[in-house]
Amino acid sequence: MNRQQSTALTPWLLAGPALLLFLGVVLVPLIMTGMLSFHDFSTSKGIQPVFLLKNWEEVLTDSYFHEMFARTLRVALWVTLACLVLGAPEAYVLSRMSPQWRGVFLLVILGPLLISVVARTLGWALLFGGQTGLINKALMGAGLIQSPIPFMFTETGVVIALTHVLVPFMVLSVWTALQRVDLATENAAQSLGASAFTTLRRVVLPQALPGMLSGAIIVFALAASAFATPAIIGGRRLKVASTLAYDEFLNTLNWPLGAAVAVLLLLGLTATIVGSNRLVERRWAQVFQ
Amino acid sequence: MRRNGALALAFHTAFVIFMLAPIAIVCWVAFTPTGFLSIPVDEFSLRWFKAIGRYPEFIDAFWNSVGLALTSSVLALAFSVPAALALARYQFRGREALTALFLSPLMIPHVVLGIAFLRFFTQIGLSGSFTGLVVSHIIVVLPFAMRLVMAATAGMDRSVEHAAISLGASDWTVFRRVTLPLILPGVLSGGVLAFIQSFDEVTMTVFVAAPGTMTLPVRMFLYIQDNIDPLVTSISACVIAITAVFLWAIDRLYGLDRLLSGHGRD
Repeated sequence: MNRQQSTALTPWLLAGPALLLFLGVVLVPLIMTGMLSFHDFSTSKGIQPVFLLKNWEEVLTDSYFHEMFARTLRVALWVTLACLVLGAPEAYVLSRMSPQWRGVFLLVILGPLLISVVARTLGWALLFGGQTGLINKALMGAGLIQSPIPFMFTETGVVIALTHVLVPFMVLSVWTALQRVDLATENAAQSLGASAFTTLRRVVLPQALPGMLSGAIIVFALAASAFATPAIIGGRRLKVASTLAYDEFLNTLNWPLGAAVAVLLLLGLTATIVGSNRLVERRWAQVFQ
Repeated sequence: MRRNGALALAFHTAFVIFMLAPIAIVCWVAFTPTGFLSIPVDEFSLRWFKAIGRYPEFIDAFWNSVGLALTSSVLALAFSVPAALALARYQFRGREALTALFLSPLMIPHVVLGIAFLRFFTQIGLSGSFTGLVVSHIIVVLPFAMRLVMAATAGMDRSVEHAAISLGASDWTVFRRVTLPLILPGVLSGGVLAFIQSFDEVTMTVFVAAPGTMTLPVRMFLYIQDNIDPLVTSISACVIAITAVFLWAIDRLYGLDRLLSGHGRD
């Protein structure tokens, strides 16, 4: 083998094992799941390997599924908005701190990303309800509300808990964007007589915007497909796409229907992510270079 | 550098309280002396920590999780180090597509992956097995390892390698004696991140694990779905404590923001 050939082959030899693993264990199962969604199911006979559109018709026309997908979308949009409103300013505050304090608070804010989502959601379940429901106690103690607000088993509760789970991604994303910002631009704006607000709006915000958008895409995708948090806070009745798919698979055992829900979730999210990435790249192409 | 104003600091304080409150309350309630969920005020007790010992299913699940996280993070590194070298160093047709493929588990919802693996493993007779769990966890944690190894490789000075080659070292020797030591911080951090991601994974694992191969987060999740009692708060408090130690260590070693954004040290 001459030198030319060997360099052309080398990357494929190096990436080969991982490529085979992914083709065999990611692509094949995903295709099998897609096929599964066209199979038939009955409680007496189990899964029938036939090809029909029954599950897809059911998922696309039944109002039960419409309601559930609408809820998934609504929750994901509220969580994305809440993460933008909370996470972006926090990243800006962090960027203006002294390095020592910033190190401490980055650990405090990003650390929870690596703490089990079950443990974090359990914390919200404790804060929301029963004997340990500190939020309602505090609000009632302050005279802000007369009777406890129901957080458990409501969309409000799911949105709050998911915001907590996902907001570190927004902080991280905006923080990364702000690190590239030249501090001199802020000083220049101030020295040219811009007010603090104008500087923020005309100088800092445009530079933070790509970070906010990529953060929003990540948060939206993760919120729409979140499982443990809606399952614990939302309970068995407040279903979203992922908890519904789980129920079809492990309780009702109607795998083909569950597969249709899962495939629809995957297609919807992929379209959203690819679409918004295109938009972001076209609009802010120069910022990413 | 400009300082934050009073309003900014008030917002910051509220934000930090928001981030810490649910974690703090789990640890606080775990010390309750009562038999039900309550916030201990003047009396703290370790009874619920001692009670964990009476539930072998949680202890077994913990060791199963540790074994799974170790096996899958080491294997994920074994797959991703050569692949990352290929992607970071060679320009070839299909490079972009390969990168997208290897990072795709970050974007595919874990519920969908769980369902796909359940179907796949059932068909090939691996359902509920430890092997199945390991394979599925390798896929899920590989992107994290891959990003950090790629960042380390891209930032590496190659002149040392060239020197080794010109002195007659074989490809394997160059890799083992020069390349690997230079990218080791990235590889280790990728391994630690992969370990934690595997240890915490619940959404995909809930589909793949069987009663005999249950991981700790899945066991906790299923328990909480039925009822919430002080036992699960003391277990969660232990998980939080273990993670906190890890966090502190990797923050010292590598920097948490760099680790999570996958930009590496540059």
